[in-house]
Amino acid sequence: MPDTILVVVEQREGKLNRVSWETITAGQAIAAATGWALEAAVAGANSSAIAAEVAGKKVAKMYAVESAKLEPYTPDAFSAALKQLMAAKSPRLVLMPHTYQVRDFVPKLATAMGRAVISDCIGFRYENGKLLFTRQMFQGKLAADVSFGSDGPWFATFQNGAFRGDKAEAGASAAPVETVSVEIADGVIRNKPQEIFKEAKQTVDLTQAEIIVAVGRGIKEQKNIEIAKQLADALGADLAASRPICDSGWLPMDRQIGSSGQTVAPKLYLALGISGAIQHIVGMKGSRTIIAVNKDSEAPIFEIADFAVVGNLFDIVPPLIEEVKKAKAAS
Amino acid sequence: MKILVCMKQVPQKDAPLKLNENGTWIREDVSYEVNEPDAYALEEALRQKEKHTGEVVVITSGPPRAQQVLREALAKGADRAIHLEDSAFVGLDAFNTAKAFAAAIKGEQFDLIFTGLQSDDYGYAQTGVILAELLGWPHATIIMQIEKNDGGIRVKRELEAGYFQFVDMPLPAVLTIQSGINKLRYATLIGIKQAKNKPLRKVALAEVQSAIGENLQKIERLYVPQKTKKTEHIEGAPGEIAKKIVDKLRNELRVL
Repeated sequence: MPDTILVVVEQREGKLNRVSWETITAGQAIAAATGWALEAAVAGANSSAIAAEVAGKKVAKMYAVESAKLEPYTPDAFSAALKQLMAAKSPRLVLMPHTYQVRDFVPKLATAMGRAVISDCIGFRYENGKLLFTRQMFQGKLAADVSFGSDGPWFATFQNGAFRGDKAEAGASAAPVETVSVEIADGVIRNKPQEIFKEAKQTVDLTQAEIIVAVGRGIKEQKNIEIAKQLADALGADLAASRPICDSGWLPMDRQIGSSGQTVAPKLYLALGISGAIQHIVGMKGSRTIIAVNKDSEAPIFEIADFAVVGNLFDIVPPLIEEVKKAKAAS
Repeated sequence: MKILVCMKQVPQKDAPLKLNENGTWIREDVSYEVNEPDAYALEEALRQKEKHTGEVVVITSGPPRAQQVLREALAKGADRAIHLEDSAFVGLDAFNTAKAFAAAIKGEQFDLIFTGLQSDDYGYAQTGVILAELLGWPHATIIMQIEKNDGGIRVKRELEAGYFQFVDMPLPAVLTIQSGINKLRYATLIGIKQAKNKPLRKVALAEVQSAIGENLQKIERLYVPQKTKKTEHIEGAPGEIAKKIVDKLRNELRVL
């Protein structure tokens, strides 16, 4: 029996969470590098439709892990169900997308098995028979190659966008689907989740914006938001922010870009005083052009910027507003 | 309610980091601060105590410098502190850190344990959930609101893409707290003064050594990430920079 990689895809409201395709791509890449077999699984009350969808990709086998107790999602039920799957199938490596749901249950699952999770990875290396996972550290300022120190199963989660979901290879024929019924005893599930809801407040849709001016901690004080707003107005841009600005109440939560806010891909993203923590970058790295202004030359935002201005935004933004106005008036 | 808050000292956000000789960790000579999500966790614990009475205990692990986060927490209103004091704790993975914490709080009877949702250095976002599993307690992550109810608590979880969910759960429980759940307070002068007389229990590595083992994940090397994008630097006096940017907006990006 060769070693096996198992990708656990995510089901959300009865549909496949698209980020799962990225994890399938990651699994296919690791399988190609190591020569290990690739299998996939989905857990839910009724997961046959998703199982069939994923079985169309190049995987050796697909497991539909089913129990009525997996709906609605609870960490207790998911951990219990997947632990049974791991015990039955003994994968060497288990991959999942680094979603909020996975973050909620996978450390519990791994701990229950005395194993570790290398979380939020952006890539892997296979060197001299050793599998290493690359992840960002110190908010993206540094990167680390991390290895597992125990026997399998090894658990790793991949950051949103680390692999291309549209590169997931289709299989020559559909993979066999095996339904795995799991027993979740009474009393295992302790949390009682209520319905999922969206806050009933007007929502600014930044996903359609052509130009975004975004502010981060470097703006220093609430009253300074005004100069960013003036620049946004001059450019005909939408104003947005990184999480700490919204946490402080300086801009409403619906203007937040990042993993807990909106994901945008405008023609131009002008980042003012944003250091570029991973949680922010996942929400804007798809922008066509990124201009970053930051006084810290080592700020991670410069890693992904097309144009970098190392300097104080309070020096640069006022003349920039004037130049933009001049250019607009001349055109 | 008796609440334990797990806190971590991390390098300051804009501190320049230098790699150690082996390229496995950073050099110690940087400025440190409290991990920001943990500050929100502490604030939430203090608010819960103000509403329901009880006790707030803070815990950290790390070398003597880490005591600073405990002193600040005591000054803000925490009642007592536990310091797992040894530089060896810095190198522990989330699994072993949680094991060390579990060993250090044996005999305590907490209703709730809070952690920040993740740390600004490792960023694994795991210690709280692992601790819950080790203790056999339920948990919920990325929490934006906590209300006490008859059977325990009702918490508001933040999900992705602007969605939320209320979850009812029994106590004791572990919660990981989202930044922005509340507004942070500052320590008062009286608070800072009182903090000096509050109890701080030190726990030596030897006391929890039997609970921890080999790390289950190992940092093989730490490095400055390779750039994947070509970045053009725009330099000059502010006025020149402004002109150059506008030129690019107009002639290269065609957005003006």
